[in-house]
Order: sequence, then C-alpha cells, then structure tokens
Amino acid sequence: MNVGKVIGRVVSTVKDPNLEGQRILCVEPLGKREPSFLALDCVGTGAGETVLYTTGREASYAFLPKTVPCNAVIVGVVDEIREFTK
Amino acid sequence: MKLGKVVGTVVATRKDPRLEGLKELVVATITPEGKFDGNYEVAVDTVSAGYREIVIICTGSSARMTSKTENAPVDATIVGIVDSITLDEK
Amino acid sequence: MMIGRVVGEVVCTQKFRTYDRAKILQVELLDLKGKSRHFVMSAIDLVDSGPGDKVLVCLEGQSAVDAIGVEGNPVDAVIIGVIDEIKLIEDVN
Repeated sequence: MNVGKVIGRVVSTVKDPNLEGQRILCVEPLGKREPSFLALDCVGTGAGETVLYTTGREASYAFLPKTVPCNAVIVGVVDEIREFTK
Repeated sequence: MKLGKVVGTVVATRKDPRLEGLKELVVATITPEGKFDGNYEVAVDTVSAGYREIVIICTGSSARMTSKTENAPVDATIVGIVDSITLDEK
Repeated sequence: MMIGRVVGEVVCTQKFRTYDRAKILQVELLDLKGKSRHFVMSAIDLVDSGPGDKVLVCLEGQSAVDAIGVEGNPVDAVIIGVIDEIKLIEDVN
C-alpha cells in the first residue's frame, strides 16, 4: 500500500470482458522512487489527485464477486498526510 | 524460499492475537556462500531455531502453510534448520 | 515481516467501503541498525500504534485480508505488532 498521484488515464477498447466499465488510471508513487504504473479506480478519483492504492493479487478483491484481472487498485482519495513530528 | 542466519529476536507485547505464542526472530538473509546480502526478514519460528543458526525461510503466502502459522497474519516463516550446504565448484 | 517506524497518518474521506474505520499510517521501513531505508509505505494499523513507535509490518496480501477479517477487502499491508525491543547478536553488522 502506498500513496501516489494520478497522472493520467488509459483508454482501451479491446480488453478482457471483466475489465469492461473499469477506469484505468496512471499512478505515480509518492517520492517517485518507483516507476509509474496502471491502477483501476474503485472510488471515483480524478486527475491530479493524491490517492491511496494497494497492489498485488488482493487488489482484485475490491471487485468481488467479479474476478477482474488487475494488480493495483485505488482505494482512497487522500485529503491530507499528517506527518508526526519527531 | 531463502537462506538466512538468525541474528536476533523481536519482542512485541501488543500484537495480533493470532501471533500469540509464536516467536518472531530476526533473520538476516545470506547468499549460499554464507555472506550477508544486506536484507532481513522478521520471521515466525516453527522449528525452534537458535541464535546464529542457518535456516530456511519461506516468504509470501506459503509462509501460512505450516501447521503453526495457518491463518496467522505472517509473511515469513522459518521452516527448517540447515545442516549443511554443498556448492558445486565453479 | 519488516520493521518500521510510524511517521505519519493518511487521512481519506472518500475511500473504499471496507476501509471505513481503518486507521491508515505511513510507515518508514528500517534496517537492522535501526536506520531508515528511505522507503515510506502505508499500512492499516491493527494494534493501535502511536507516532514514532517501532512496529512489525506484514507485507502479504492474504495475511493482511485475514488479519482484518473482512471479506473482499483489497489490502496488502498491515501493522500487526508494536515492538518493545529488538535483541541482536553483536556481529550482525
């Protein structure tokens, strides 16, 4: 799980039937330590927003009982990251 | 599965109830030649491994496949103690 | 599991339904010397850890889902313990 920024979206016509109707977004992880990747959206995020995403096989659990082939999903829109001072 | 050397213990009183009674050891992962590779895992011990022993750790979902860690929220388990490693000469 | 330190909290109003009551913390991963690995990630807190606490982070999806106990919950990292003490043998470094 990590925080990232939505930097774009992907349009695909020919795709797996289970991906129909899903929004595919480009996400850049916070700190830019890792390359950007694609994630499905299940909370309704928009461009430029900071989001919380989760990766791995369990990402597809968000769409149960449908089995959607994805390994990253956006699960929250971040309002604020509160840093604890040391 | 990875090779590792037991280098320490972790003491946690406040932990998930399914980890009660399990021992967490700090295992520094090593290469087959026995050198530390700079990474580590905190692994649940199921075979009573001791300090400085070379062990086999299982990571990921397979970590939950031993009888002691079934349904426990773990991602690394010590599944064996290594007696010897034989490497073919290069 | 990895050793981390709680460095922040992620606040989301709009989130997936299974995340309703989840406390999402920012955790900085540490190496065995206790130094930062300069990698910060998020995890759902299950043990009521506080700012600056050293914690055990479980990074396996199915374990995380089961630990929370809600079906159809897309998570891949949970905080499963607050570390009181780490004892290491001397020659580890």
